[in-house]
Amino acid sequence: MTGPGGALVVTDLRVEFDGFVAVGGVSFDAHPGEVRFLIGPNGAGKTTCIDAITGLSKGTGSVTLGDQQLLGRSTQKIVRLGVGRTFQTASVFEGLSVLQNLDIAAGLHRSSLSLLRARRGVDPAIESALEEIGLSEERETPAGILSHGQKQWLEIGMMLVQEPRALLLDEPVAGMSQDERTATGELLQRIAQRRIVLVVEHDMDFMRRYASRVTVLHQGKVLSEGAVAQVQADPRVQEVYLGTAATTTAGSVPPDAMTETTTDAARHGEGV
Amino acid sequence: MTRLKPWLPVIGIAVFAVLLLVVAPAVLSMHWLNNLGKYCCWAIAAVGIGLAWGRGGMLVLGQGVFFGLGAYAMAMHLTLESTAPGSLPVFMILYDPLASLPAFWEPFRSDAFTLAAIVLLPVIVAGVLGYALFKRRIKGAYFAILSQALAVALAVLISSTIRETGGDTGLSDFKYFFGFVLNDDANKVMVFMIAASLLILCLLAVWQLNRSRFGELLVATRDAEERVRFLGYDPANIKLVAYVVAALMASIAGALFVPIVGIITPAEIGASASILMIAGVALGGRASLFGPALGAMAIGWGQSSLGSSWPDGWVYILGLVFILVTLFLPMGLSSLFGKAKGLLWRSRGTPPDALDEPAPVLEPVGDGVTK
Ligand SMILES: Nc1ncnc2c1ncn2[C@@H]1O[C@H](COP(=O)(O)OP(=O)(O)OP(=O)(O)O)[C@@H](O)[C@H]1O
Ligand SMILES: [Mg+2]
Repeated sequence: MTGPGGALVVTDLRVEFDGFVAVGGVSFDAHPGEVRFLIGPNGAGKTTCIDAITGLSKGTGSVTLGDQQLLGRSTQKIVRLGVGRTFQTASVFEGLSVLQNLDIAAGLHRSSLSLLRARRGVDPAIESALEEIGLSEERETPAGILSHGQKQWLEIGMMLVQEPRALLLDEPVAGMSQDERTATGELLQRIAQRRIVLVVEHDMDFMRRYASRVTVLHQGKVLSEGAVAQVQADPRVQEVYLGTAATTTAGSVPPDAMTETTTDAARHGEGV
Repeated sequence: MTRLKPWLPVIGIAVFAVLLLVVAPAVLSMHWLNNLGKYCCWAIAAVGIGLAWGRGGMLVLGQGVFFGLGAYAMAMHLTLESTAPGSLPVFMILYDPLASLPAFWEPFRSDAFTLAAIVLLPVIVAGVLGYALFKRRIKGAYFAILSQALAVALAVLISSTIRETGGDTGLSDFKYFFGFVLNDDANKVMVFMIAASLLILCLLAVWQLNRSRFGELLVATRDAEERVRFLGYDPANIKLVAYVVAALMASIAGALFVPIVGIITPAEIGASASILMIAGVALGGRASLFGPALGAMAIGWGQSSLGSSWPDGWVYILGLVFILVTLFLPMGLSSLFGKAKGLLWRSRGTPPDALDEPAPVLEPVGDGVTK
């Protein structure tokens, strides 16, 4: 079920909010084995795309995972079909421990009756996820007191234990230190060997290091698509990012995102 | 200590069981034992409210509905049992000498039907109602108002159907309880024991639910309902289970209330009765295991001692207690124990277990028992 095969294919996706077109006919696909990036300035519609794929916002068009149509299904059904996601602002269950968070996330494949039993021991899948996200030492810590980066990792771990076929990550490294970014990037590359990984990100440096293919969104439309170098050389992409640069103050830009002058301006330090 | 810790609540329940089932019958007068039985009924309903509200975040302001379903099912059965064969319940003849027994009374002649109704009626009503509300994502204040309105509606319905249900005067004068003479002290003790045992059972059931994976999911649903969908669960179903369990407990509470108190009226199930049920839960601590039960018992005791000797003052005291608890202890009196434990740990230099439930509170039981 988790093996390679089905791709995530988005075709002509449209999302409107009361007449405002947030996503206007976006198409892209993502395959197991690549770390697929979705970038774009603030308000480009990246989060809305992920919301539509996961059933949180209503969209039209088509989103398929393998041979399954996802659009029009409930969120919980889409999750059960093998789509996991993280959120721009980490949303773990703060009152529960790291282990409990992972445990209820792994519950997906358990029978309803087993829900009535208390947890005994730790599933091997959860143990290996703890290992993978580097939180083995923190297993009993309430998720609410984890650092920002650790919360993001916990969210990735909660997704991993669900054994999804596709993982959608909304700004997973926002607010992380350089070392944490590297660890996250390597983790994503490992995950992507067997699964579909789609990353929404602002950090151009991070994107350059780990992306295999990139789609650039702007005002709800696909502006450019291709390999990293190809996209960066695209004059339309440069224009969009330089265009917003004029209206942005550099002071609000986190230092480690300052490496790429042409693109960082899109980042308002939002989500940090 | 650490190995013992997960079992502390069970030890607490065991101590509570000994107090209720062994100590109380030995030391209390018949009058106070009967009162304690009444508090046990409210405590049973409160344990369910603790699950639905404290753990599940559903402000069930109208548990009187389910309390009423159980109570009236039982009351109809006991009324028929106390009526000579071939004749009608007294109140019906009073209003209309030529009346015949309404059709919905008929099946309540059967012991088995009555017991089944006490269990199934609340499950069906709460199941259908909860399904409709939770699937439509009705929550928060809307849910609270709706459930309160239902309690009012049921009370009004009973008030206005005096010929069929006894109206505001209610149903009373029960002589038999499934063949046992209710006026006999030994049988009264038996009914008390049933109520107390069921309270213990409900506590055990909720303890198990709270520590189960379902319990974790319920808390997760309370804290971040939409996020739970991304775990692959429909939060509506999780809430529904807790809501139905709470309704069942309220119904059982109502059913036992009838033989213990000897009368049931719409006033016992309407808006203010429903609010009083939830008030005890808030006082004791809605999210803890023992808080709801002990809070409900404390309020019940206050009502029958202070409430009868000084009714006006009691209302003010109740109001004041609420203001103080809401302001300073929003998680109820049982959170005091969590805080005390935290202080203790800090002075010893060990961190408190942040996830731990407030320890079992046995203190306010004294309210009911030592009198
Ligand atoms: N629920 C909503 N109702 C109305 N408008 C919305 C809603 N959600 C998003 N939008 C609008 O849709 C547009 C796209 O928003 P979206 O959150 O997808 O952008 P984004 O690319 O994720 O940006 P960011 O980088 O800031 O996260 C924005 O103009 C936003 O204001
Ligand atoms: Mg976004």
